[in-house]
Amino acid sequence: MEVKGRVFKYGNDVDTDVIIPARYLNTTSEKELASHCMEDIDPGFIKNVKAGDVIVAEDNFGCGSSREHAPLAIKACGVSLVIANSFARIFYRNSINIGLPILECPEAVAAISSGDTVSCDLGKGVIKNETTGKTFKAEPFPPFIQEIIADGGLIKHIALSNKNKT
Amino acid sequence: MPMTMSQKILAAHAGLKEVKAGQLINAKLDLVLANDITGPVAIKEFKKSGAEKVADAGKIALVMDHFAPNKDIKSAGQCKLCRDFAAEQGLENFFDVGEMGIEHALLPEKGLVGAGDLVIGADSHTCTYGALGAFSTGVGSTDMAAGMMTGECWFKVPSAVKFVLRGKPGKYVCGKDLILHTIGMIGVDGALYKSMEFFGDGVKHLSMDDRFTVCNMAIEAGAKNGIFPVDALTLEYMNGRFGRSPRIYMADDDSEYDEEYEIDLSALRPTVAFPHLPENTKTSDEWGDIEIDQVVIGSCTNGRISDLRAAAKIFKGRHVAKGVRAIIIPATQQTYLQAIEEGLIETFIKAGAAVSTPTCGPCLGGHTGILAEGERCVSTTNRNFVGRMGHVTSEVYLASPYVAAASAVTGRLSAPDEV
Repeated sequence: MEVKGRVFKYGNDVDTDVIIPARYLNTTSEKELASHCMEDIDPGFIKNVKAGDVIVAEDNFGCGSSREHAPLAIKACGVSLVIANSFARIFYRNSINIGLPILECPEAVAAISSGDTVSCDLGKGVIKNETTGKTFKAEPFPPFIQEIIADGGLIKHIALSNKNKT
Repeated sequence: MPMTMSQKILAAHAGLKEVKAGQLINAKLDLVLANDITGPVAIKEFKKSGAEKVADAGKIALVMDHFAPNKDIKSAGQCKLCRDFAAEQGLENFFDVGEMGIEHALLPEKGLVGAGDLVIGADSHTCTYGALGAFSTGVGSTDMAAGMMTGECWFKVPSAVKFVLRGKPGKYVCGKDLILHTIGMIGVDGALYKSMEFFGDGVKHLSMDDRFTVCNMAIEAGAKNGIFPVDALTLEYMNGRFGRSPRIYMADDDSEYDEEYEIDLSALRPTVAFPHLPENTKTSDEWGDIEIDQVVIGSCTNGRISDLRAAAKIFKGRHVAKGVRAIIIPATQQTYLQAIEEGLIETFIKAGAAVSTPTCGPCLGGHTGILAEGERCVSTTNRNFVGRMGHVTSEVYLASPYVAAASAVTGRLSAPDEV
């Protein structure tokens, strides 16, 4: 799958409290969560984000709480991909489980700026900075995780695995 | 192949003789946990999957602790959804207002988790139970839903970082100072994806409550889990509570670690994490003059009986400074009752502190102690991120109960020996 969008770039240790503050966690509505996404770190984000846009960040993106509301809010804003140097482990699992594409690629992070346009072939992990013309290759996921992604998330993966067993 | 404590527990639950770091395994769970924030998302996923019955109603715990007692109508709806699901599925371990406590204090106290267990919880501080020699880790709501459906979870076997503790902590130094010191040393991603395993002759000088505090904040260093070896103190704690037989796993002598650190407990000083990351630690000689507006003593990190005793030691015969609000939240009903029986609550109230029923409330900026623009709080909780306890310009200083109580008395960030 090919995605393409404009970049919102952030630094190290973007935590789940700034991605979606706890004061909004009294709902499970993805649309409502999305309307407050990144509010405490970048109040302009929600006004400017468009379907397909890409978040690029440095180390340890998504650290802190286990709230799945964080990747859900990002996905529901229309963000098509998050690229970071590294992800906090629960955010990493949650993103895969709910089907938010994420990639670890420090070379790309270093060479992408806010406002650049980036495209990516998610299957191949090839990231292209359309603004500068440079391309980068992200580390592929282990095959087991690729299966979860291909099946459309963990719950569907389990359902399909059970079906194959019977 | 030598294994770490964490790896041995994972291998046993995956039905494997051995596992190695990086290996992907599927393992059987002893308990899955969620609260009133993560539970509703998990229940939604569970229902969406078409599943009708949970795999094992005895191995699921739902604790209404975050926005409970219900802080608003929407939160009331979230708790109701969990309550209805618990009734429909016949969950044995649904804890509602009146019985609930903060989940990571409650489950060990009730004996629902113990040595050798494999536990996942849709709450990042699920890593707390490593204090009992369990492998426990935080996951998201979808993992929780899958755990309810299948009783299993997939794991990538972690490598480990070894911390050898030596000596005995000095006066007014406790588990919170140790874990803040450790996070300050290795950083908020210093143990990313890894186990933090604690060893050494210093372990015996740490109470169970200290060990819970240390493992609780392993996630603040990015770790998958934190774990202590089981000793006489662990067994004594579990005796009469833990419903199953403890399974004791020791690390092999020649097991490999990515890194090893030695920490001299006698050299630790009262340590505080300044805004806005738990790694921004400073010892008491480096604090400077920080005026404060609020103090919170409680949470899954420091709301246990020894934490309340520590706070009461400072508050006894003293008063909260003018202009400061002190909020004390016993972590469980049992802790609350014990604090009443020991006279701690009387000490708090006479000192001018507010005492609340158990809740996570202020820790995550939910309720019962939200900060206004520019306000500062010294808190025994676990995170000091931007906006964590309220307004985006407010500040949280993470500290031990001794430091928090001393700061409440002076009105500025203070070491316990200053009062």
